[in-house]
Amino acid sequence: MTDSLFQLTIEQAQARLSRKEISAVELTESVLNRILAVDNQVKAFLSLQPEAALEAARRADDRRAAGDTAPLLGIPLAIKDSIITKGVPTTCGSKILENFVPPYNATVIKKLGRAGAIVLGKTNTDEFTMGSSTEHSAFFTTSNPWNLNCVPGGSSGGSAAAIAAHEALGALGTDTGGSIRQPAAFCGVVGLKPTYGRVSRYGLIAHGSSLDQCGPLAKSVADAALLLQTIAGHDPRDSTTLDRPVPAYFDDLKRSHGFKGLKIGIPREYFIEGLAPPVEKAMRAAIALAESHGAAPVEISLPHTQYGIPVYYLIATAEASSNLSRYDGVRYGLRAPGDDMWQTYFETRAAGFGPEVKRRIMLGAYALSAGYYDAYYLKAQKVRTLIRRDFEAAFRQVDVIFAPTTPDVAFAKGANLDDPLKMYLSDVFTVMANLAGIPGITVPAGFSAGLPIGLQILGPALGESAILQAAHAFEQAADRHPPIPPI
Amino acid sequence: MPKLSMAEVENIAHLARLKLTEDEKRLFQEQLSSILRYVEMLNTLDTAGVPPTTSALPLDNVMRPDEAHAGLSPADALLNAPDTAAGSFRVKQILP
Repeated sequence: MTDSLFQLTIEQAQARLSRKEISAVELTESVLNRILAVDNQVKAFLSLQPEAALEAARRADDRRAAGDTAPLLGIPLAIKDSIITKGVPTTCGSKILENFVPPYNATVIKKLGRAGAIVLGKTNTDEFTMGSSTEHSAFFTTSNPWNLNCVPGGSSGGSAAAIAAHEALGALGTDTGGSIRQPAAFCGVVGLKPTYGRVSRYGLIAHGSSLDQCGPLAKSVADAALLLQTIAGHDPRDSTTLDRPVPAYFDDLKRSHGFKGLKIGIPREYFIEGLAPPVEKAMRAAIALAESHGAAPVEISLPHTQYGIPVYYLIATAEASSNLSRYDGVRYGLRAPGDDMWQTYFETRAAGFGPEVKRRIMLGAYALSAGYYDAYYLKAQKVRTLIRRDFEAAFRQVDVIFAPTTPDVAFAKGANLDDPLKMYLSDVFTVMANLAGIPGITVPAGFSAGLPIGLQILGPALGESAILQAAHAFEQAADRHPPIPPI
Repeated sequence: MPKLSMAEVENIAHLARLKLTEDEKRLFQEQLSSILRYVEMLNTLDTAGVPPTTSALPLDNVMRPDEAHAGLSPADALLNAPDTAAGSFRVKQILP
């Protein structure tokens, strides 16, 4: 039976590959067939590399025959299109990079290659990762596999939908204000944003450089741990990576004590008006379940929570307006010629950027401009300090924090498109981890009207082991088989 | 926070090197004004004496030995260029 191999988790596939029950070629063919069968509805992928993937699968089988036991050997993955892949088109969801074929690999891609992983293709994203729905992709909107009329979340909506629809065994995404966790929650999969500096940003297309991190999306917590331990670590090419050893996140799950004695902070500011009742109910149930398995919930306060969205949208847009100045039509990307060099800049950027990117560049340029810098950008950086202190104080009291990943389940396509502020508010629970630089994971915690709900677990800086172990304990206690969406 | 003036919108667009249509200018005038009104809530917080966070990391200067490493080849660097000449990026004349 090789026709349902696409449903396997990485852990299951790895066990069967190492017992030589299946080959990497069979596994990859099964996943490619699944993509052929469902991606015309889901539209998770911007581009596919079927021949290259099968060639890589053959090489993986050869490596295994020669005794290689690399941890991701022969595992087919989906890669968000905000991550640079050598020789493979990388658009970041933008017309301005429509024909860009990078001459180098991101560090995370190099590491996946060394571990034997196979790249199936590149997944959809809001343009330059600016969005919460993939509706701001310059190419098309991805559908939520649980309800094709709803968005998959964003900006890593393509990666999240690909995992939910079993179009890949695992995926990478990037997260500046929730772009891994929010779509993972909307699609009912696991998604982890690491501590700032834990994973190299070399070869990630920059959005907000003090906030961006790359992390895994997966069918299980164990798979996320395995992917994280493969991509994490110091990189001489990214001076903001931390030179600290990478724990064996995956093996440590087996040695974990689960919820026994775990102090879980429940921030009262996250259980507020605007939190959808089914999401609140799922959170209360998750806390009760953890408590029944030996955890100790403690009510805590993160008093500056309400300032997260304004701080985030000032800092992220300011950094983006600076980062995106590189798209000038000179060295790569689109060029729309004008009468002179200056007009060429204006024409190129007008033709190449979509409305959300222009809006954010404008907001960021305003926040950085003379006369407004102190009132907006500097003020936001000071409040960011208060937000960090909130979390430092909280983690002196508790081991991890439980919170909703999103205020509600996935929304209908088009519902928030005319009101950018409303769209921004859907990130209210995820931006905090980026501002504080701490790790966060989302794990499926039930359904409301057929759409998934995510439980977010936050930890202190470099506390990836703690949040993975808590998420794993929750996954085991909830004992939910990873369900298959009805597509 | 009063509404952004059209002149302010045009000035920001100029700073950001964005050519906007009249429709885009009017739309951004409304939307940016509404977002700026929302972020005004930060002014209710007293941040006197609070240092700004520029990075969530406890990192100071990161140094490495000053050694030459291979970078992209010129051919690779020019691979995605819109226009090239004699191993260089070609642009419109800048100086008159």
